[in-house]
Amino acid sequence: MIMQRRGLLGALAAVLAAGLLKPIAALAAWNKAAFASKSSGDALKSLGTQGTEASNAIVIDAPQIAENGAVVPIEVMSKIAGTTSIAVLVEKNPYPLVAKFDFMEGALPFVKINAKMGETSDVRVVATAGGKHYTATKEIKVTIGGCGG
Amino acid sequence: MAGPMKMRATLTGGYTDVRVLMSHPMATEQQTKGKPHFIQNLTVKVNGKTVLEGEISQAVSRNPVFSFRLQGGTKGDKIEVSWLDNKGDTNKTETAVA
Repeated sequence: MIMQRRGLLGALAAVLAAGLLKPIAALAAWNKAAFASKSSGDALKSLGTQGTEASNAIVIDAPQIAENGAVVPIEVMSKIAGTTSIAVLVEKNPYPLVAKFDFMEGALPFVKINAKMGETSDVRVVATAGGKHYTATKEIKVTIGGCGG
Repeated sequence: MAGPMKMRATLTGGYTDVRVLMSHPMATEQQTKGKPHFIQNLTVKVNGKTVLEGEISQAVSRNPVFSFRLQGGTKGDKIEVSWLDNKGDTNKTETAVA
């Protein structure tokens, strides 16, 4: 009897915790599954951007050789009409997805950020326009990694 | 925790170029032994209307610099950028297009 009651309490606590945690997660949209993915394929799956088509209308402006992996400037511009979203991934980082931007009316599909890169890697950009996904990559060589301490 | 933010918005040919500098450690899992501290959400509003939303990870560099472009724009347009990190800290800054 005591064991049964304990089990019930545990189940109740689990339900309560799940119920309480949900509203916090809903406050700000942050795709935890995509950001926790350890391969860019999984990250893209979580973002719902599978079946990408290679495109040279995505311009990635970044140094060929980054001396300091802790600060690698990556500039991305999509020339695809109606681009609504751009995702930036560093393929060989522990968690490849670096950032994802959603553009609404009034913003141009352009973004520049500084990213950390653990080692030499391809940088992959996925742009979404009209429900289709386009991709482009650029290799950046890193001489000093920037992900460790 | 939330350090100062700096923002500059300049009207150039046909678009407004905006640069934002945020003070944030952007500490990764490896650097903190499993307790990362980083900005997760960015929101850009122009004259009160959201035009750009970003989700970023711990792989963005410390004290992030974030640049974006707005279609057209006129002098005096109010731009507001805010961020929210994984510990619930938040900060925002506002500037007018120059």
